[in-house]
Amino acid sequence: MTTLTPVLTANWDQADSFTLSGYGEYSAAKKALGMEPDAIIKAVKDSGLRGRGGAGFPTGMKWGFIPQGDGKPHYLVVNADESEPGTCKDIPLMMANPHSLVEGAIITAYAIRANHAFIYVRGEVLHVIRRVQAAVREAYEKGYLGTNIFGSGYDLELVVHSGAGAYICGEETALLDSLEGYRGQPRLKPPFPAVAGLYASPTVVNNVESIASVPSIIGNGADWFAAMGTEKSKGFGIFSLSGHVTRPGQYEAPLGITLRELLDMAGGIRAGHRLKFWTPGGSSTPIFTDEHLDVPLDFESVGAKGSMLGTRALQIFDETTCVVRTVLRWTEFYAHESCGKCTPCREGTYWLKQVLKRLEKGQGTEDDLSTITDIADNILGRSFCAFGDGATSPIHSSVKYFRDEYLKHFEIGGCPFDRAASTVWGASA
Amino acid sequence: MTYSPEVRERLERDAKEIIGRYPRSRSALLPLLHLVQSEDGYVSDDGQEFCAEMLGLTKAEVVGVSTFYTMYKRKPAGEFHVGVCINALCAVMGGDQIWDELTEHVGIGNGETTADGKVSLERLECNAACDFAPVMVVNWEFFDNQDPESAKRLVDDLRAGKEVAPTRGPSRLCSFKDASRVLAGLSDGQAGEGPSAAGPSLEGLKIAKANGWTAPKGASE
Repeated sequence: MTTLTPVLTANWDQADSFTLSGYGEYSAAKKALGMEPDAIIKAVKDSGLRGRGGAGFPTGMKWGFIPQGDGKPHYLVVNADESEPGTCKDIPLMMANPHSLVEGAIITAYAIRANHAFIYVRGEVLHVIRRVQAAVREAYEKGYLGTNIFGSGYDLELVVHSGAGAYICGEETALLDSLEGYRGQPRLKPPFPAVAGLYASPTVVNNVESIASVPSIIGNGADWFAAMGTEKSKGFGIFSLSGHVTRPGQYEAPLGITLRELLDMAGGIRAGHRLKFWTPGGSSTPIFTDEHLDVPLDFESVGAKGSMLGTRALQIFDETTCVVRTVLRWTEFYAHESCGKCTPCREGTYWLKQVLKRLEKGQGTEDDLSTITDIADNILGRSFCAFGDGATSPIHSSVKYFRDEYLKHFEIGGCPFDRAASTVWGASA
Repeated sequence: MTYSPEVRERLERDAKEIIGRYPRSRSALLPLLHLVQSEDGYVSDDGQEFCAEMLGLTKAEVVGVSTFYTMYKRKPAGEFHVGVCINALCAVMGGDQIWDELTEHVGIGNGETTADGKVSLERLECNAACDFAPVMVVNWEFFDNQDPESAKRLVDDLRAGKEVAPTRGPSRLCSFKDASRVLAGLSDGQAGEGPSAAGPSLEGLKIAKANGWTAPKGASE
């Protein structure tokens, strides 16, 4: 049986966990600044840490792509624009333990030889922004940021930057455009940010949880981290359970834990109901069903079953939930948040929404099912960034697993589900 | 410009501090738009002109950016800007019913403000608190685990001028303008208020502690 491994969440129940006195000295940063930058990159490579923002790219390898001795300034940008539907790990992490992020940013910036770093936090989380701002301020006061940190001669400026309401800014190149003061629209890659990122200079963009994991790796060693998880998906991660679960919440566990194990800890599906479908890592990851309870939640195993580990945002829906309605609501989200740059995504998400509305009302036909999968095929792989691909995930996977439920809608001329039954208060009625 | 000399001077002082944080001045555009929103309650014409002047941009360049982001309001938001998450999970868990009952109760729709200027309503996409569904926010502070009755009571209290506290946040809710000032990067000194974490955020940790589960011992321990 897999057990939980609280590291980043370990201090969340302390009243002062978000302050320096509650967090402790930056001993890992102090240690790191006495190391060669390349030795830090090697340690993170050896740990096997892969990006916790969804894509799972090896973090140390990303850092290794930054050219050295190029005479250009380098930048570290922390992607704290957490907005993928279902994803709710970085927000509580930054609220309860912002110093792990600040310390991780210092170590990372030093390793990639950057003297300027940014934390780009989504704007709609005011108290989280206060906590991160306060943590940065405390770190400056203590001399952990600014000039000659720990007497090492190393200087770092760290700026907390608030977004302004645009999901697409979680896409790394859109985030960079936004941070430069433009509309947040993705750039064509290559060049990748490691070569031409912020202000066309070499830039590392990493997720909050990835950066916050770095101090523990430096402090405890790469082997310690690599001892957790699976062969190719090492370490721990925060799994976020939401929806029709008895005890939704944040569960920090080694990668490779299964939904069955997590549900056991979370008290199972809410009383009197059973699992119908779920997302392994946010709305952009194809849905799973009760067939997938024992799939190890690591990058390879989830991928082999046709979905993606994503952000480990486990949105759980029981049998009272209408799949068509849920997919419509995700699709409305994608239509709302498409930045409009690429035609297939901008127009495709709009039309998907129209057809799904018709289907949900029971006014569709079987042809509409071919239409939505056709539209999805014409978005997939045809846009600059992964947003368009993500929009197609709920469509393809829901038609695959729940075709009959779509058919049922137009057979009876409406939605066969009682919306009240799926609400929190409907359960007890 | 219609800002009074005093207001103008204060805004310039704040703007210069913000601009000074960035290697290139244009990066300060988003914070500056939050700053003018903290003065006017929306990104006013004057405010956008101000941003353009401070950054050496044309007003068209500023408007081109401000219209991309949903948090910049083109008409005055209420003193309390109320959001209801209607993304799939919150919608299913009850967000749809909350939205329907709340709009009926308040008598305004999406993006509208009550005649007394107190409350504006917005349909929100996922606000990253799914384990607290159904979720609402007021001036971007969390109001977790809502239902139609609590939502209506919340808005009634706000309109009646009662003190209201977010679920996870400071002990007293600030105004939309004050919130915008924090977003611009200017502290209001309230970071220390409220819990570190609450409710579902602590479920995993509680279970780990109850079972004696920990991460392996590391070199630093």
